[in-house]
Amino acid sequence: MRNLLISAAAAAIALAAPAAAQDVAIVNAKLVIGDGSGPVEGGTVVIRNGRVTAAGTGVSVPAGVRTIDAGGKWVSPGIFAGFTRLGIVEVDAVEGTNDSSARNSPFNAAIDVAPAVNPRSSPIAINRTDGVTRAVVAPETAGSIFAGQGAIIDLGADMDAVSKAQAFQFMEYGEAGAGAAGGSRPAAYAMLRNALFEAREYARNPGRFLDRGKEAMLTRLDAAALVPVAEGRMPLLVHVERASDMLVLLKLKREMPSLKLVFVGATEGWTVAKQIADAGVPVIATALNDLPGTFEQLAATQSNIGRMKAAGVDVGVGTINQDDARQARWARQYAGNLVALTRVPGASGLDWGAAFAAISSKPAEALGLGGDYGSLRPGRHGDVVIWDGDPLELATAPVTVLIDGVEQPLENRQTRLRQRYLDPKEDGLPKAYER
Amino acid sequence: MIRTILILGAAASALGACASGGGAKPQTASAEPAASAPGKGKGYNHDPYPSTYKAYPGVPTLLTNVTILDGEGGRIDKGAIFFKDGKIVALGADVTGEPGAVVIDGGGTYVTPGVIDIHSHLGDYPSPGVQAHSDGNEMTGPVTAEVWAEHSVWPQDPGFGRALANGGVTTLQILPGSANLFGGRSVVLKNVYARTMQGMKFPGAPYGLKMACGENPKRVYGAKGRSPATRMGNIAVDRATWAKAVEYKRRWDRYEEKGGEPPARDIQMDTLRGVLEGEILVQNHCYRADEMAIVMDMAKEFGYHVSAFHHAVEAYKIADLLKANGTCAAVWADWYGFKMESYDAVNENLAIIDQEGACAMIHSDDDNGIQRLNQEVAKARAAGLRAGFKITEEHAWTWLAINPAKALGIADKTGSLKPGKMADIVLWNGNPFSVYTRPAMVWVDGALMFDAKDPKRRPVSDFELGQPGEGDVK
Repeated sequence: MRNLLISAAAAAIALAAPAAAQDVAIVNAKLVIGDGSGPVEGGTVVIRNGRVTAAGTGVSVPAGVRTIDAGGKWVSPGIFAGFTRLGIVEVDAVEGTNDSSARNSPFNAAIDVAPAVNPRSSPIAINRTDGVTRAVVAPETAGSIFAGQGAIIDLGADMDAVSKAQAFQFMEYGEAGAGAAGGSRPAAYAMLRNALFEAREYARNPGRFLDRGKEAMLTRLDAAALVPVAEGRMPLLVHVERASDMLVLLKLKREMPSLKLVFVGATEGWTVAKQIADAGVPVIATALNDLPGTFEQLAATQSNIGRMKAAGVDVGVGTINQDDARQARWARQYAGNLVALTRVPGASGLDWGAAFAAISSKPAEALGLGGDYGSLRPGRHGDVVIWDGDPLELATAPVTVLIDGVEQPLENRQTRLRQRYLDPKEDGLPKAYER
Repeated sequence: MIRTILILGAAASALGACASGGGAKPQTASAEPAASAPGKGKGYNHDPYPSTYKAYPGVPTLLTNVTILDGEGGRIDKGAIFFKDGKIVALGADVTGEPGAVVIDGGGTYVTPGVIDIHSHLGDYPSPGVQAHSDGNEMTGPVTAEVWAEHSVWPQDPGFGRALANGGVTTLQILPGSANLFGGRSVVLKNVYARTMQGMKFPGAPYGLKMACGENPKRVYGAKGRSPATRMGNIAVDRATWAKAVEYKRRWDRYEEKGGEPPARDIQMDTLRGVLEGEILVQNHCYRADEMAIVMDMAKEFGYHVSAFHHAVEAYKIADLLKANGTCAAVWADWYGFKMESYDAVNENLAIIDQEGACAMIHSDDDNGIQRLNQEVAKARAAGLRAGFKITEEHAWTWLAINPAKALGIADKTGSLKPGKMADIVLWNGNPFSVYTRPAMVWVDGALMFDAKDPKRRPVSDFELGQPGEGDVK
């Protein structure tokens, strides 16, 4: 009995732990690079030491590299989820499992989401099963316009999820920012400018920076966290929806050209698309928002992304405030819908290649990380998915998921529950004995 | 002029009173001591806010060269469908319509019945979602069967138009929220804009009663230091309320049959009496399998029936019980984990319920999700196929057509493409199980209410007039 237990435990661990990193090649693929180009037949992708070394047609597989024959199936980069709270929330409504915000903390910009990331949280496994391999993880604001520093994570079945900590600072502007700053947009704007001045002050002489503790709008740690933002070494992701708010932020960027602004949400972006494009500010947009849910989203339309792209904006898809702790997997459906718009008279969508790029390379590039993630161009992390159909279609699911070249398990507690209840009736023993 | 109006007004109200069987305490000119019995169901007006919906004019129309999913599980390849005067006339492989009919070549795309969403809060939680518009939850007590969702519906919600144009939704049930055990009455609407709620109201559709199990009621009222604070408290308050309703019904039944002094009216109890009579259908928010089982026995205890469990995330665990009780389950394709009672969600939920032979359907509960219910069905079907079930497209379409129509008590009027039924029809620009497909044209009662190619057939609510993006494709 004891042996049985031990071996069962060992088996469970073996199941959970991904195969060791290795060199791998996938051949005979309907290959999607993720850079905006369309799929090509007969493609090959080669991964060595966890990174892509070559991808395309006419690529030869080096001797001794394990080869997977995709049998003509679609192969693409894994989904790069543009804006999520993956891994920091298990059950939204169960407070102890929800690390997305901290209402009673004295800190704001200093908050670093990385220590909260739990690689074993079920949304990570569930989204991995659906082909999401890498994600932008942002904290939520509470009591300040600054939410804190976000991370890039991988969704691998191991304990090393954080690919890049302190990858960006996230803040709220518009209605939410106004609320956090005391009640108005001008107050939020003043808070932002003041914080950047304070950060510069801190940078000039950290030893002399007066930490006024809870009385201060910025503690020493917050000021320190904003230094790389003020100096343009860290992107500042700003949730902003209303066109006029975006223009205010673009004006601020003219005043402080070092700021690396990225707009998140950007529902009314299409109405000021040229200005956004001219300023070179990338956008991680909500894909299908078409309702005036607030007065800052009156011009909402599903054509937002298509129109921004047509105007020259670099735009990817994110899922801010859309079940962002758990439904990054909907990004594929959103991208498919953007393609659907190309067939609706008067609407603007994306062609297939651009739509896929919007959920792979584009959000990575928005964060300045396009050289590492989001496509199968040489040098990128070996995050690859083999699909059983067109990855933007509703009926399609992954067959194989690789993260950093490592093949991943595709089981999670949902697949286990399904297995137990495919026939819901109890038979012989209670369901609790069936697994 | 004024005099005419007054006379007309008087005439109208007399008519109303006549039709309703009298409103107030019956009094007769002859002043007999014992008033005569009003007759069963005629003790008070059951329809004081009647539908004023009128179908818009349509033209006799023949859709040809289409794949037809009839919404009841039938399929016609390379078929045609003919409708006129608001009703479906014929469909089949060689239907020809009649001279003078408008003929539309579908070009090999799909025709289905209009999408029915059994769970929506459009109008009650409209866009913009400002506090002043938050009219969906009467969170002042766990039993508010006296409130009617229709009295909150704002007919200018931009969401109605989106659901029509992007989702092909022609019928929807607006429910009160789930804070309360007895949330109040629902209303079924035709998805056609009108100046008043009554102008949208689905003629002849029964009312629903929104009930809720589980976390929400116990959280909301437990936090206020009152009952229910637990799941057992939920059921206790439910049972006490039903016991009262049974007594109310007994008193009113006796009065309507035998006459005498009418019992005191109780607006809350009117609704519950309607449920016990089978005239109002219970639409029960309930996630967990074990709670659904208890609720079905509670229904037996007091003599009512649960029409459908909504958000039934764990319905797959008791699909056989649902079948045995003749209760439907309305579910999402893949929502999970946002609260404890949604933790055990599986993507195969809908498929497993269906496979067991219980009545299953999709629902949105969401102003965005309602625009893509065809896509949600496509995802649920795909999960079922991968699990090894055989689910045809024509069968899967029952999940947003005849099954919700049955659970709403309107299956004799809409929910499938059968001759004589309302011509609630969507012509898609492709296969509606594909993410690349959108509605091309939508008819409600045979009237063309959306045409993707014609900006004049794209509704713009009052709220959006004069705003940025007015009349945009959305």
